[in-house]
Amino acid sequence: MNRQIVQLFALSMLLFATLVGFTSRWTVFEAEELKDQALNRRSLIEAQQIPRGLIRAADGTVLARSVPKGSGQRRIFQRTYPEDNLFSHTVGYSFLERGSTGIERFRDDELTGEENEFSSIFSELQSEQPEGSDVTTTLDIEAQRTAVEALGGRQGAIVAIEPSTGRVRAMASSPDFNPNEVPTDRFSELNTDEEARPVVNRATQANFQPGSTFKVVTAAAALDSGKFSPESIVDGASGQLVSGVPLANFGGQDFGSITLTDALTNSVNTVWGQVGEQIGRETLVEYMNRFGFNSDPALDYPEDQMNASGIRNADLRLLDGDDGFDVGRVAIGQGGAEGQIQVTPLQMALVAAAVGNGGRLMRPRLTEKVVAPDGRVEESFEPEEQSQVMSAESAGELAAMMSRVVEEGTGTAAALSGVPVAGKTGTAEVAGAQLNQLWFIGFAPVEDPQVAIAVTLEDQPLGTQGGQVAAPLAAQVMETLLR
Amino acid sequence: MSARTRELMGLIPVSLLVSAGFAAVLLTRTEDVSDATATYGLVFLALCVFAHLFIRARLPDADPYLFPLAALLAAFGLVMIYRIDAELARQQAQWFVIGLVFFCATIVFLRDHHVLERYRYTIAAAGIALLVMPRLPGIGSQVRGAYLAVEVGPVQFQPAEFAKIAIIVFLASYLRDTGDVLVRARLKPLPYVQQAVMFALPAAAVLLIALALGVGPAVTVLLVVFTVSMAAVMRERPSLKHFGPLLLVWGVAMFMLLFIRDLGSSLMFFGGFLALLYVATARLSLVGMGATMFLGGATYFASTVSHVQQRIEVWQDPFDRELYDAVGGSYQIVQSLFAQADGGLFAQGFGQALLELPCGQNILPAADTDLIYAVIADELGLFGATGLILAYLLFASRGFKTALVAGDGFSKLLATGLTAVFALQVFVIIGGVTKVIPLTGVTLPFVSYGGSSIVANLVLLALLLIVSDHARKDRGRMGQGGLV
Repeated sequence: MNRQIVQLFALSMLLFATLVGFTSRWTVFEAEELKDQALNRRSLIEAQQIPRGLIRAADGTVLARSVPKGSGQRRIFQRTYPEDNLFSHTVGYSFLERGSTGIERFRDDELTGEENEFSSIFSELQSEQPEGSDVTTTLDIEAQRTAVEALGGRQGAIVAIEPSTGRVRAMASSPDFNPNEVPTDRFSELNTDEEARPVVNRATQANFQPGSTFKVVTAAAALDSGKFSPESIVDGASGQLVSGVPLANFGGQDFGSITLTDALTNSVNTVWGQVGEQIGRETLVEYMNRFGFNSDPALDYPEDQMNASGIRNADLRLLDGDDGFDVGRVAIGQGGAEGQIQVTPLQMALVAAAVGNGGRLMRPRLTEKVVAPDGRVEESFEPEEQSQVMSAESAGELAAMMSRVVEEGTGTAAALSGVPVAGKTGTAEVAGAQLNQLWFIGFAPVEDPQVAIAVTLEDQPLGTQGGQVAAPLAAQVMETLLR
Repeated sequence: MSARTRELMGLIPVSLLVSAGFAAVLLTRTEDVSDATATYGLVFLALCVFAHLFIRARLPDADPYLFPLAALLAAFGLVMIYRIDAELARQQAQWFVIGLVFFCATIVFLRDHHVLERYRYTIAAAGIALLVMPRLPGIGSQVRGAYLAVEVGPVQFQPAEFAKIAIIVFLASYLRDTGDVLVRARLKPLPYVQQAVMFALPAAAVLLIALALGVGPAVTVLLVVFTVSMAAVMRERPSLKHFGPLLLVWGVAMFMLLFIRDLGSSLMFFGGFLALLYVATARLSLVGMGATMFLGGATYFASTVSHVQQRIEVWQDPFDRELYDAVGGSYQIVQSLFAQADGGLFAQGFGQALLELPCGQNILPAADTDLIYAVIADELGLFGATGLILAYLLFASRGFKTALVAGDGFSKLLATGLTAVFALQVFVIIGGVTKVIPLTGVTLPFVSYGGSSIVANLVLLALLLIVSDHARKDRGRMGQGGLV
């Protein structure tokens, strides 16, 4: 009998070893797969039990905070957004049942205090509840309010950037929504509204035709490549052949032979179409790349909430210099059957910012600093150059040309009393030439710009112009920021 | 050092575990500390010392490690349950008191376990009655699809926990008598040719038939193993009348599978039976026959009875969305695996595991009973879980050791059976939680919350200690008397 008993014990050891084997399979070897399982919501639930840090405007105003609900082990924290609709897209939201967007999503690790392994081990030893860090943004609450009020619920977007630092001072997309309502059924309605699409951040996600504001990019390429100067004379008669097809000026106006400066002041399509043809596709695309086109903006914001700007064909593929697009029409912010130029308001604000900052494009950012619960600054973001788009000289020439636009050209409505403003208007025909996309981009003060801006309004009636409708909105926001 | 002093020393790690465990849980609950809850630990330790003194008085020669190991496991369980729900820990401590009453009563009234042999049919009948009780109208109650519990007024208990002891006692005494009759004294090995004729021919024939019918590889293997085992058994020309009770045991196991709907207990009982059969007869062929019959029956039911079928599907494909959402589906096993994944190598730490949804609903169903091992893996990691399994292995080793040193067949079989059924229960529930086998509702001995489990396992421990005391006493006497 004893032999059998010993064998039985050996079998028990084998069975128990199997148990250890399977336990290590789930706890260690396949743990990552299990954590990534779609059915596994444990990490989300745990995240709810940690108070997320605050999100603040640049002046310290709280834009998002966590409030406790329930008590004891069942205590959870829910996000509230004191400013309601004001930062719906930029700050975004974070809710267990809806996921997260915007800064809430991009700074999730910091807000949940996850980035610091050591301090979390210590706080665990001290049995302290883990706590997230606060994120201070670069956003100016007054400028944001002005921008949102200026848009007034119309479909459109406004982005304001500090050219010398890349700090985003305002980023508004309209229509917006109240992030506090995200957990309710109301949000499901908004989410399925295919017409107004209030959950889309038009400032970073939309593909808009830039119209004549794109001439700033063309002009930068023309001047900096050395092929043109502001005084270069080009024939501005309407109906000239561009890419073999006649191109008309706004209202069919003829301008005769004029300088590039005059051609920008009056937004002469034929001139800029020819300039585009002469600098060629390669050069134009090269300068677009320097401005940040053709890749996602380098903004500290979730990637899938941003779109790259560039020349896109019917399949929305981004074209480069080798693709045979109609460079003359792209140069004036349109395009042809092969591809059309499509931009985000953020990208156009960056174009204005780069010109204003002496040709130096600063990397845009929304986060100023991350502050630990104990008040220590964990991370502080310094200004960073993204690219030198053009020489300071070319930028100076272009700035002067853009100043003329606001002084005496199409953009006079953007003028501010006592502060010189540079800018460019745009009016793009969309929806089969039935509606207009209106634009203004610019910066002020011209000599030492504190703000660069892009304003756009979608689907405006025919007959409206960027200079009349978009430019005044830009003036309001710039004024607020310069105050 | 005497056995009892060693036992007392063994309680030191238990007290350390209890203190450290309760301290850790208390630390993580800074908000709702009440001093009363911490006293459960002290009460528990006092009870352990009392039990030790009792063993010292009544069973001075019993194995010194069994009780400390059981206390260690119980302490482990108490801390985990306290962490899950302080009120449950209070009840568990109460059950421990009641369990100790039964423990002492067993030792006082059963001076000699051989008495049990006399009542073996009564005990067998009681065991089967206990198993049937959950299906009786009025008192039976269904827990998560299985008929495991009996409710009499306010008291709910799980009769299977007690039935396992009764059935082991019966089998041990029955097999002691008939083990020799079932098989003849070892026959001489046959020449190869004859062996080939005896085993290979029927095996080949069955294989051909199985292939011709196209029954699938699993069933084919079962059939072939069954045939070869059968041939080996028949060779010894056993008297058929003794197979009746064995078939009865098989029948009971199948009955449990089908009507009690409990694959776990069924596996536990039948496994215990096969272990005893093997030890009593030393015939692998009998075990082979029994195992294939059990597996055959289980496979048959798995394809014909829907609730067994669902259990199998849930086990094979738990992440299937439909099975996950189904009533009685894979939610439980999937959450168990997720909890373990959170544990990792070094774990989350006591009190850190996520047990509740924000709405207060449990994320881990039956965290205090069936899934307590998943909570342990979550909070103590692979290291803690392995430690727990090692404690069980040590307990099993002391149980088998008791069987080894026991002097007579009944004592050997009783100790073997009790230990085997205990170890199998551990395997069935941990194996279920870790998806080695389909998850079923048996408790983790000494650790899970549950009165029946605590009481029954303390009685099982008492029986093992009695056997051990007798065995070691006899040995000691032989040594002292100079008998060689």
